Amino acid sequence: MSDMALLLWARGPGLQIALTVFIIGMLLKLFEIFSLGRKKDLSTPRPGKAWSGWKTIFSRSLPDRTLLKRTFPTYLMGYTFHIGFFIALLFFAPHIELFRKTVGLGWPALPTTLVDGVTLLSIVALLLMLGYRLYHPVKRFLSTFDDYASWALTMAPLLSGYLAVHHLLLPYTLMLAIHILSVELLLVFMPFTKLFHTVSLFISRWYNGDALGHKGARL
Amino acid sequence: MADEHSLGELLREQGISRRGFLKFCGAMASLMALPSSMVPAIAAALEKAQRPSVIWLSFQECTGCTESLTRSHSPTLESLILNAISLDYHHTLQAASGEAAEAAREAAMKQFFGKYLLVVDGSIPTKDGGVYSTIAGISNLDMLHEAAKGAAAIVAVGTCAAFGGLPHASPNPTGAVAVSDIIKDKPIINVSGCPPIPVVITGVLAHYLTFGTIPELDDLGRPKSFYGESIHDRCYRRPFYDQGKFAKTFDDEGARNGWCLFELGCKGPTTFNACATTKWNQGTSFPIESGHGCLGCSEPDFWDAGSFYQALSTPITPVGRAAAVAAAAGIVGGAAIAMHNRHTKAAAKTAHQTVTIDDLEKPSGEAK
Repeated sequence: MSDMALLLWARGPGLQIALTVFIIGMLLKLFEIFSLGRKKDLSTPRPGKAWSGWKTIFSRSLPDRTLLKRTFPTYLMGYTFHIGFFIALLFFAPHIELFRKTVGLGWPALPTTLVDGVTLLSIVALLLMLGYRLYHPVKRFLSTFDDYASWALTMAPLLSGYLAVHHLLLPYTLMLAIHILSVELLLVFMPFTKLFHTVSLFISRWYNGDALGHKGARL
Repeated sequence: MADEHSLGELLREQGISRRGFLKFCGAMASLMALPSSMVPAIAAALEKAQRPSVIWLSFQECTGCTESLTRSHSPTLESLILNAISLDYHHTLQAASGEAAEAAREAAMKQFFGKYLLVVDGSIPTKDGGVYSTIAGISNLDMLHEAAKGAAAIVAVGTCAAFGGLPHASPNPTGAVAVSDIIKDKPIINVSGCPPIPVVITGVLAHYLTFGTIPELDDLGRPKSFYGESIHDRCYRRPFYDQGKFAKTFDDEGARNGWCLFELGCKGPTTFNACATTKWNQGTSFPIESGHGCLGCSEPDFWDAGSFYQALSTPITPVGRAAAVAAAAGIVGGAAIAMHNRHTKAAAKTAHQTVTIDDLEKPSGEAK
């Protein structure tokens, strides 16, 4: 199979398969979560806490002062990675073109050099996070195969994208094919690994916020 | 027919000055990415080189490659180099036709067995015994096998000969294949492009005449000196790509400002060729310079690589249908899981037995 054939497969059938698995998997998971059902809390809700669920969805993205002090590296690298990843995903011109083509929405791109720098920072943050996970005894103890697999699945598109843009290691066409395939792999496994947090974080934050608000906790 | 005259003698006969000849050698050296110190060596080698016999086979093709080579801009040193080779058979260019033409081919193949250069343009149909393209009643497939036997090396000119090209495009009704799919025991140089840049063909011939070897090739069998870098990397519009400035249509502000054509489907990033540096029509311009994105014509399967006007990062097949089917399947499957879970929950509720304090206080003998 030539590099071009692989790229064409990735842009055609590969994407169709990945998207199908992704959508089915995501919906199955969501149905499963929502159909679990919760027992109705019969206690009287505390006043003025009706919005606590929605508020928590946003407020949990902000650092908690105590935790920030205690686990500063995790916060720093976590923020760097997430912000960098979304900038690379959403503001790199070829990616925007993909969104424009598939969902019909487009927006202006950021300069390649800026996206490039941010991507590199994300990669470094991810590497440091892996190092920290392996170094820290508690983190290491708590880590499962899922954690390492999720790390690899996230790292692959970032790294291959960076290598492709800079024409490193492999010919561009092949690296581009690998980059697209790595994203497809990410899509396929997203519903079945911890990467599902991209969606479930909103659900769990709302639920926690709502339950705590009901009890009158200050959020 | 090839004769005993050296290339130097021939060029002088045609009125090429020493200065002109050295300029050509310098240009060739730079094209082939050789140091300038190699220029005298190239000049000396070309000077002494004997006219090699070249047999040019045109198979399933459109003659665009020959047109490109002969009509590019004449007279130039490129065309003179072409004159300097002994083109013993080329059924578009030769005066002879019919049996006389085939006789010339057979004579050259016999006389220069093991020494002649075989140039092929066009793909080779293999389906149904190769009946879809024949010359003088001989199928292309048979003629290639026969001519390749005595060839020193084969130059596959154009994307059809190099990778199958347009005839190879899906659904490939004639079973068209590239030269390298058939001939496995000869050095093959792929000079791809639809058509290839004339100077690239000349450069490859000059390299062969100078060193007697074939140039260094990439993984697709193309000379690295010409196909080593992508159009995108050498494109004068590249700074706009890096700045995120793109033409959205062919006549908008961006297009007039000469911004990057990526969003209009330019295949420059995955296309390896020398267009952006050597350019066309005596260095006048190349497609991107005249406002159209690169089609990727020097790459395998460029014809089947999705629309020419679709950005490289977008899917080549629509994903809406697959997404809709997946969503429907997901909803049905999800609902089934939800029902099942509910059922399990309800069953557990029904099966639940309440334990009263009396049950716990039963005499120990009865509990058994």
